[in-house]
Amino acid sequence: MSDVLTDPRPETAAETATKVVDCDIHPSFRTPTEILDYLPSRWRDHARAFGIRPPNSMTGALAYPRMGGGMRQDAWPPTGGPPASDLEFMRAQHLDPLNIEVGILHCLNPGPSLMDLDFSAAYCAAMNDWQVDRWLSQEPRLRGTIVIPQEDTAAAVAEIEARATDPRFVQVAFVPRGIEPSGRRRYWPIYEAAAKHGLPVAMHTAPYGWRENTGAGNASFYLEEHYAVANPIQSAMTSLIFEGVFERLPNLKLVLVEGGFAWAAPLMWRMDREWARMRDEIPAVRRAPSDYVRRQVWLTTQPVEEPPRNADLKHLIRWLGADRIMFSSDYPHWDFDDPHRAFRIGLKPEEKSAILRDNARAVYGF
Amino acid sequence: MGKHVICRLEELPPGSSRRVDIEGREIAVFNDEGRLAALGNRCPHEGAELCHGLIRQFFAAEGAGEYEGTGKRMLRCPWHGWEFDLSTGQSYVDPARVRVRAFDVDVAPGEGLSEGPYKIDVYQIATEEDYVVLTI
Repeated sequence: MSDVLTDPRPETAAETATKVVDCDIHPSFRTPTEILDYLPSRWRDHARAFGIRPPNSMTGALAYPRMGGGMRQDAWPPTGGPPASDLEFMRAQHLDPLNIEVGILHCLNPGPSLMDLDFSAAYCAAMNDWQVDRWLSQEPRLRGTIVIPQEDTAAAVAEIEARATDPRFVQVAFVPRGIEPSGRRRYWPIYEAAAKHGLPVAMHTAPYGWRENTGAGNASFYLEEHYAVANPIQSAMTSLIFEGVFERLPNLKLVLVEGGFAWAAPLMWRMDREWARMRDEIPAVRRAPSDYVRRQVWLTTQPVEEPPRNADLKHLIRWLGADRIMFSSDYPHWDFDDPHRAFRIGLKPEEKSAILRDNARAVYGF
Repeated sequence: MGKHVICRLEELPPGSSRRVDIEGREIAVFNDEGRLAALGNRCPHEGAELCHGLIRQFFAAEGAGEYEGTGKRMLRCPWHGWEFDLSTGQSYVDPARVRVRAFDVDVAPGEGLSEGPYKIDVYQIATEEDYVVLTI
């Protein structure tokens, strides 16, 4: 038995030098009330008087006992404040040593799901201003994700239009647990606006949203919730396929974040079989479902699947296609993946560089 | 190979840990409530630095609600929570396949340390102080 299963050192000099695109970094406020400084006074007063209330406010966003408070235990900045609230420490711990050429921010926040729609619009605008002020204007390697008040379609489109000319924003965030299934027509203008500007739509399985975390209701335990994160984004992807969104908008790109990827290949097999038998019900969906996935959908890696036989991960990746998968770390959360250690399974060098960097470069145009 | 003086004992107070790099190895050294321990610094799972991990007692459970402390100390990886016996490096997650290497680490009085077989790169040894000595 060797000291370790996987040698921690990079395998080759080329690997050491491999630049990485990280599709999922979670920046934090320094203090819980930091967002108030970015709200106009009318909404700052509102937040103080009435609170910030998403529809799941009965349980809150953190109803489950997350491992270690949900954070990597080595990610607390020595200067104080929560993990990923200090840019200097993020550089030193994450961006520099892992050779990250671009890191894409995902702000997990209640803005898109606030019940007061005017407050939702104001909060989302504040989140976008905060991203620019605290991160995008400070660090050229970081890119932003446009946060939108998605349940007010007109306001959501207005927020996309307001940010689309800023090249530091590279995609639009959409919460997959919205009021209606993600492919329904109330959301089409959002997808049209994103596609028009060449901005991918990213669905991250955030703890927020209007609906429960599984289709059958809320899970009881954190272990269950951690697994259930795949559920809403599977539903979102199938909804966009069968509502005809991808057929209508062939330039729309959908990025599914933190919901796993192993399920995607068998789901495509199954959808294709049923579509071949029952497609007369939905003639507007002219292609096999897997065609849309292979043309318009990408999935991020973290938390990477870990089969009992590690080598089986290679089969999962090849069934789906190494061109569909983009590396994400989830920094600074406890279930973080390291780009140089999460795929030690004998992939071809071109497959590895596709996953770690090249697919994201192509999707986002870096 | 040999014994290495890595720091003064007062620089590794109870509850603290540090990483040392010796002979091309990264080693995590812990002061667990006065007892010293040393393990390879990298978690075999995804390579997190174990020197940032938490040390806790290992509890054994016969069934729900029936548990007792074993007195064994375990180190929990700072990322995904893999647990290792602090004294042997044995994994609690997958004992048959996974371990980190454990190293001998002791306290030695300064008196006599400046003689062999110790390797002292950095420290001026004062005879009135205690030092942490790692064997690899």
